[in-house]
Amino acid sequence: MAGMFDPGAIATPAETQWERPQARDARAREARVKSWEPKIIGLAAVIVFFAAWQGVGFIRAASPEGVSLGPFTFVPPPPLFLPTPLEIVAAYQVYVQDGRIWKDIAVSGQELLIGYVSAAILGIFLGLMIGWYARLRYALDPFITFLYATPRIVLLPLFIIWFGIGVESKIAVVFLGAIFAVVINTAAGVRNLDVNLIKVARSFGASDLALFRTIALPGSVPFILTGLRLGIGHALTGVVVGELVAAQFGVGQMMAVAGATFQSAKVFMGLFIIAGAGMAMTFTLQWLESRFEAWRPRPN
Amino acid sequence: MKLEARQVGIRYRRQRSGDELVAVRGVDLSVAEGEFVSIVGPSGCGKTTFLNAVDGLIPLAEGSLELDGRDITAPGPDRAMVFQQPSLLPWRTVTGNITYGLEMQHRQKAESRGVAAKLVELVGLQGFADAWPSELSGGMQQRVNLARALATDPELLLLDEPFAALDAQTRETMQHELLRVWSATRKTAIFITHDIAEAVYLADRVIVFTARPGRVKLELKIDLPRPRDLRLKREARFVDLERTIWETIREEVLNSETSRPQAVA
Repeated sequence: MAGMFDPGAIATPAETQWERPQARDARAREARVKSWEPKIIGLAAVIVFFAAWQGVGFIRAASPEGVSLGPFTFVPPPPLFLPTPLEIVAAYQVYVQDGRIWKDIAVSGQELLIGYVSAAILGIFLGLMIGWYARLRYALDPFITFLYATPRIVLLPLFIIWFGIGVESKIAVVFLGAIFAVVINTAAGVRNLDVNLIKVARSFGASDLALFRTIALPGSVPFILTGLRLGIGHALTGVVVGELVAAQFGVGQMMAVAGATFQSAKVFMGLFIIAGAGMAMTFTLQWLESRFEAWRPRPN
Repeated sequence: MKLEARQVGIRYRRQRSGDELVAVRGVDLSVAEGEFVSIVGPSGCGKTTFLNAVDGLIPLAEGSLELDGRDITAPGPDRAMVFQQPSLLPWRTVTGNITYGLEMQHRQKAESRGVAAKLVELVGLQGFADAWPSELSGGMQQRVNLARALATDPELLLLDEPFAALDAQTRETMQHELLRVWSATRKTAIFITHDIAEAVYLADRVIVFTARPGRVKLELKIDLPRPRDLRLKREARFVDLERTIWETIREEVLNSETSRPQAVA
């Protein structure tokens, strides 16, 4: 009781909790945990999702006619409709053991990579040219508009006649699928340059080439990356649909056969392989983006 | 005599209507070596247009513009502009932005880096040489804008309302900083502004433009001693000069609004 009005017991500002180094460390730790929070929650949600999915399989094994919860009856769908994650893993093991997986992935990967990379290179080049030279844009605009409005997949019958059912027809469809997103975005990037920056370059006596190299090219990088990201989706669609229609090998072809023979676990397996490829490509691009755009203000 | 403008007229075509607009007409002006000249005038009077013509960014319709006896037809290394917007290349660091003009002149990289390092110091950006523009405040961005123009060591420095977008306090600091940098380099300078006090505080001579089409309406010698200090703005002789210019511009704005309404677009 004697210490109740002891002035020493009242913390002066310099002594308050938040000024102490231990408290600062604790805050830093908290911030680190906070930065992991989205990943932890995301991962937990995925685990819950797969557990629930597998749970359906366990219910099915225990009581195929369904379980009743008061007035509600839950009838698990048959394996043909919904194979469980463990069944999909088992199908994957068979697929690996018989060796088909490598052949299919090699074929699909070849179609995807050749088609996409050539679409990216040519698309960036063409987009820069179209953005830079207005007359070239006027000349190519009708063709780009026509082809962009057309789902490129409908060209597949033609490509099969022209290039056969091998990888070539799929490469063509991937290429055409991905290139327009890249061309259109790149051209938009060049055309949306900051006029103030162009004025700066002109004022310092920049040549057309220097203006292109120092303003137009770096200025359109964010647009180019957007185009590349959109192109991934189109490219994957091209591979899978192309192989569904006509192919000898490939992940899409494997899915087509599995679907026609009611092997739904194999269809799901193909889905995960394709999703994995798409995610890997998107992450690679995101990494590229972070390399190229260190100058962008960080949202805080 | 350094810069000589004789009967300069500038016209441009409005993009939407196709009407021809006379921005500047019959401007006679000469700027001496090492002189700091401010141009003020009502908004839309063509002062920025005139400055762009001096930089060589827009062609003249009439008259002539000479720098040291040579006709100005295009941008050149003897002139450099400090823009109203900082207009920094966002993907280049402070150093990369300062060396931009030197790069356009194909100077050696090592030499450019040395120039940039000195200018970072001069404009007071120590410690920010490798910062991105997005990490800088508005005032700091304008310091880079100024350093970029000084980097090419031009004979004539053109400043187009560089502090217009800054808040009042930062603006005064920057005026003072500009004078400090200017007295270190003693470049011939033309400074465009709509802020009368700013014009008087900085310049050896203030030129008042008429409403559009812009002409020289008044030339006023500012014989206030240098180095100047921001306290000068409160002194009677400063306020007198300011009032003279203010009356001239006011008269011009009133005239243009009553007798020539078509000129006020």
